[in-house]
Amino acid sequence: MKKPILASLALIILAGGAWAADDDKAIQALVDQYISTGYQQGEKQHSERLKQDETLKTCSETRNKPSDDQAKTIMEREKATIKYPEGNKMLGNWEKGKEVFNTGFGMRVGVIAPDKADKPRGGNCYACHTADPKEVAAGNIGNSLTGYIKVRGNSEEVVKYTYEKIFNSQSYVACSNMPRFGHNGVLSPEQIADLVAFLVDPASPVNK
Amino acid sequence: MKKLLLPGLLMSSLALTAVYAAEEPNADAYREMTYGDRDANPALLVVDRGEELFKEKRGPKNVSMEECDFGLGKGVVKGVYAELPRYFQDTDRVQDLESRMITCMTTIQGFDEAELKKKTYANEKSNEDNTDLEAIAVYIASQSDGMKINPPTAHPKEQEIIKVGEALFYHRTGPLDFSCASCHGADKKRIRLQNLGNFSKAGHDAQKAIGGWPTYRVSHAAVRTMQHRIWDCEGQMRLPDTEYGAPLSVALIAYLTAQAKDGAYVLPGMSR
Repeated sequence: MKKPILASLALIILAGGAWAADDDKAIQALVDQYISTGYQQGEKQHSERLKQDETLKTCSETRNKPSDDQAKTIMEREKATIKYPEGNKMLGNWEKGKEVFNTGFGMRVGVIAPDKADKPRGGNCYACHTADPKEVAAGNIGNSLTGYIKVRGNSEEVVKYTYEKIFNSQSYVACSNMPRFGHNGVLSPEQIADLVAFLVDPASPVNK
Repeated sequence: MKKLLLPGLLMSSLALTAVYAAEEPNADAYREMTYGDRDANPALLVVDRGEELFKEKRGPKNVSMEECDFGLGKGVVKGVYAELPRYFQDTDRVQDLESRMITCMTTIQGFDEAELKKKTYANEKSNEDNTDLEAIAVYIASQSDGMKINPPTAHPKEQEIIKVGEALFYHRTGPLDFSCASCHGADKKRIRLQNLGNFSKAGHDAQKAIGGWPTYRVSHAAVRTMQHRIWDCEGQMRLPDTEYGAPLSVALIAYLTAQAKDGAYVLPGMSR
């Protein structure tokens, strides 16, 4: 008697699981449909930005909690995209980096203030990170970068890690909140090298 | 007199210091002092203008918006915003206030949809007055002042759109890889000094945000609606301009409003 009940229970659970998966698919289909109709069209709108790559697809589906396997796949894939500056010079100029760190301009599309081609973009890093202790208006979505080399040192490995982390944050943390600044073409390899200097140069206010 | 005044001043500046020191840096206490007076909210002028526009016979068909059904029957404005977004049988979709306004203004008043959507929001950079759409929206919304945030969820399409909105909330895209959750997915986060509500969970943060919207935004010198809020956020994410009242924005608003359920509307709001 017990066995048939157990078997039918298992069946119900299985069927329930299948139903839930179908339900997820239906919701995802609507997500795609709503995105395709939810934004204005036209050349200034850059609708190609709405296309997700495989990494962002996984991050969205898992709500930024990928499985260990998924995380490994993402980190390997993202690491392979990293491009380095001319002559592998990953340590730039900290004073230039200070500007890049602070500037929030760039990548706007649509009706309001599209980018001026000759104005350099920035990383808007203070939106999320503290760095120079004199900058009070710093956000807290990311970790504090104040005293960067006190915590990490400024060895060649740290320079390389810092460059790679900024170029493609997901090469170290799958589904990191942080934008992939180099990979997505927001910042150039040279700008990223300047940011690295702002963080690891002992003369930078970050380390004072 | 002077002797009395000085210790008083000292006391209050001490109290202020305490307020600022106790918390992470933010401008909330300052804003509370500045925007505390509801009778001084400039949005009230826009509400009055919205009421006139609402009641006036307008459009090619020369009828007033009192002919519209916002969910509680033709002509009812009191409390309708508290129960939006909701499913409407005539359009067979879930609509928020603003998409419903477009339905009404095109089908009942005979306005052209493309013409209506040409200018949805006042441009704060050129110091424009609020558009008619913004004025009508804040008028209707303000008729739910003091009421409970109570969007219906009995209809399958209402349940469905909340789930779609939730999935959209976590959908990462664009050159900064952002989703709504990048900024609104954890407690006590800030962009620079601006506090960010955590809308990934139901309750306080969502109630505070939804409950105070539409709001007079001091930095814009204009009233802003939820459609504008979504459009503005999507712009911050460096995505294209959202289509006014399209299911994408309605789904996000439906999800946020569901997270805010049982909060209170304090309308019109006033914020930075």
